[in-house]
Amino acid sequence: MYLSDGTTRPHYLSYDHWLKEQPAERLAQKRAEADALFHRVGITFAVYGQEEGAERLIPFDIVPRVLPLEEWVRLERGLKQRVRALNAFIHDIYHDQQILKAGVIPAEQVLCNSQYRPEMQGVDVPGGIYAHIAGIDIVRDDEGEFRVLEDNLRVPSGVSYMLENRKMMMRLFPELFSGHRVAPVDHYPDVLLDNLRSVAPTGVADPTVVLMTAGAHNSAYFEHAFLAQQMGIELVEGQDLFVRDEVVFMRTTQGPQRVDVIYRRIDDDFLDPLAFRPDSMLGVPGLLTAYRAGRITIANAIGTGVADDKSIYPYVPEMIRFYLGQTPIVGNVHTWMLRKPQDLAYVLAHLPDLVVKEVHGAGGYGMLIGPAASKAEIEDFRQRILAAPDRYIAQPTLALSTSPTFAGQGIKPRHIDLRPFVLSGRDITIVPGGLTRVALREGSLVVNSSQGGGTKDTWVLEG
Amino acid sequence: MLSRTADHLYWMSRYIERSEGLARLVDAHYRMSLLPHDDGVLAESLGHTMKALHIEDAYRERHAVIVPRAVFEFVTLDREFAGSILSCLRAARENARAVRGTLTSELWETLNSTWLDARSLASRTSPHDDIGRFVEWVKERLHLTRGVTIGTMLRDEAFHFTRIGTFLERADSTARLLMARQDDLRPGADAGSVPDPFEWSVLLRALSAFEVYRRLYRDVITPVKVAQMLILRDDMPRSLLRCSKELYSNLKSVGNEQSAETERRAGEMHAILHFARMEDILESGLPEFLEHYLGRVRDLGDRIAHDFLLPPVEA
Repeated sequence: MYLSDGTTRPHYLSYDHWLKEQPAERLAQKRAEADALFHRVGITFAVYGQEEGAERLIPFDIVPRVLPLEEWVRLERGLKQRVRALNAFIHDIYHDQQILKAGVIPAEQVLCNSQYRPEMQGVDVPGGIYAHIAGIDIVRDDEGEFRVLEDNLRVPSGVSYMLENRKMMMRLFPELFSGHRVAPVDHYPDVLLDNLRSVAPTGVADPTVVLMTAGAHNSAYFEHAFLAQQMGIELVEGQDLFVRDEVVFMRTTQGPQRVDVIYRRIDDDFLDPLAFRPDSMLGVPGLLTAYRAGRITIANAIGTGVADDKSIYPYVPEMIRFYLGQTPIVGNVHTWMLRKPQDLAYVLAHLPDLVVKEVHGAGGYGMLIGPAASKAEIEDFRQRILAAPDRYIAQPTLALSTSPTFAGQGIKPRHIDLRPFVLSGRDITIVPGGLTRVALREGSLVVNSSQGGGTKDTWVLEG
Repeated sequence: MLSRTADHLYWMSRYIERSEGLARLVDAHYRMSLLPHDDGVLAESLGHTMKALHIEDAYRERHAVIVPRAVFEFVTLDREFAGSILSCLRAARENARAVRGTLTSELWETLNSTWLDARSLASRTSPHDDIGRFVEWVKERLHLTRGVTIGTMLRDEAFHFTRIGTFLERADSTARLLMARQDDLRPGADAGSVPDPFEWSVLLRALSAFEVYRRLYRDVITPVKVAQMLILRDDMPRSLLRCSKELYSNLKSVGNEQSAETERRAGEMHAILHFARMEDILESGLPEFLEHYLGRVRDLGDRIAHDFLLPPVEA
């Protein structure tokens, strides 16, 4: 919001003016009102490892994050370019593997990856699209440049908070929306449904789309129920589906009904107990066979995880050059790959300044944040790295910018990131904005909701 | 509609109806306990009622003797007892949460905040003083819930399954409460006498029928008239005839390829009550009649589960 010399950035001027007029009590009262509303509506997430049925709110910050249109337009172009290249990469990997043959990415990095699904080799998917829904995590570095921190191509979540946070802001501060031209986001479910219908198996005129959840105890259940309701489609669990003669049906009160597209919110491993984890109670026996026969579309496709692994992430700019012949518009955060000896040596010498991540970790677990870690923690991590260097990457810690955040007593800077949702169907579409996550603890760099992060509304200002 | 969705809606409304029924029962007995009364009579009425509702054993596991206050606390607030009002509200909310996308947001928010508020009220409710206020509040919330259901839901399958759950539960509960008074209704019991005004007025209050009775009969309470009203009156919202009629018409609206026999049985149950005469029922024995009716309700419940809610696996 502010420049380093203390002046307000131009696109924040009008909001800042409004904010300075608000008494702290009013903000605190609005904040409490938001919590009460979120509880009543049941916008909660389940917490793993706590008493059964424990539900928590994701803390909501009432100060929006504001992006000027010209910054957004550039970011949007960069994201579309990136997702186009990622889809091309996944298609290539499961077909000719040209990028491996050209030596751009070492073959063992891909083919030995646990997220690589040999079952998908040679399978054609509608439109050649694998990552129908991508959540790309963006940070701003200390030069003000946007950079991609992570590509989430499996079952990215959080979009319901993008939508609910906007609704909440409009309810709490209607006056702000008459004074600012904030680009709307509430058409997201329509675009998503339209995209999902556009990738139905060929020959299906009026496809039936369902959303597949692991059930009411899943941490993101609210979002699953919310999106299904917004799109007007059935929210199914594995037990509601069955496969007969390579066709997928759901059990309804009027008998079996054919299903054409599954927007699944469970991992590959649990989709089909016959093909993947045999102990999965969440999946549908025979689903993979129906999928390989082209009788059902699964979004995101099986096997997309091969492209969002942290060990593949450093190669995405190369993919953009390789498949599109273009220069990346939005770059990566500089990343050291510890399987390379010179990178390993550098990182081991600079551990207190760096963030080290396990390549298969997710949700903010299994990482070292150098500046925040104790000497003992750093030494412990050093041993873990030395034991298996190829399981780790490292990045500089400057990667998170801050945004003003309401912190009980007043407005304080807190670290943030941004997750726009990129939808691929006939075209690539991004609703303006995304989910801004904020690390609420002072100095913390971890924005994950499982680790004390919150969210805020994200405004793209149209002029 | 997904079979599982119908199943959750059906159980959601059964649990709502069950909590309301229990709240009425506690409320009626609690009011009586505030009047000058014989503790033995109150305890006996509670004993009969718990037996008819099949919750006496669960109570006996916790308490040796029937003490009204202990019963009130057990039926209302006991979290460990799956049949308490609090547990039923929780179960209703859990079922609603599993299909929240199918409910209108008004209905979901009403049920969700009822559970959240009930949970926090319950932890502040002293079993000695506040039970009356608590069940009063539960009744109000559930009246609100019914209003929101009827006032906001599309008249589609979801609505019909919700109604089926409501009326099946209600039919079961009315028949059981009458069973609890069966000793006064044996053949040969004097049709004119008022064997125990206390127990009978509690029954009427528990079914929201006390004032209605006075209006319809302008007379002292007699078991036969009460039974007549609660079994055969079409205009009485909790009567067996009314419940059977609603069940039949809602079932017809959701019929599928395999449900013809279930619909026929529901229609038959309605027809039997529609054409029944009180004197015939009394002659062949009211307890037997109620037993038979409860058997039909159980059978319908099983058949609905089989035809709609948990159809056999076909792969």
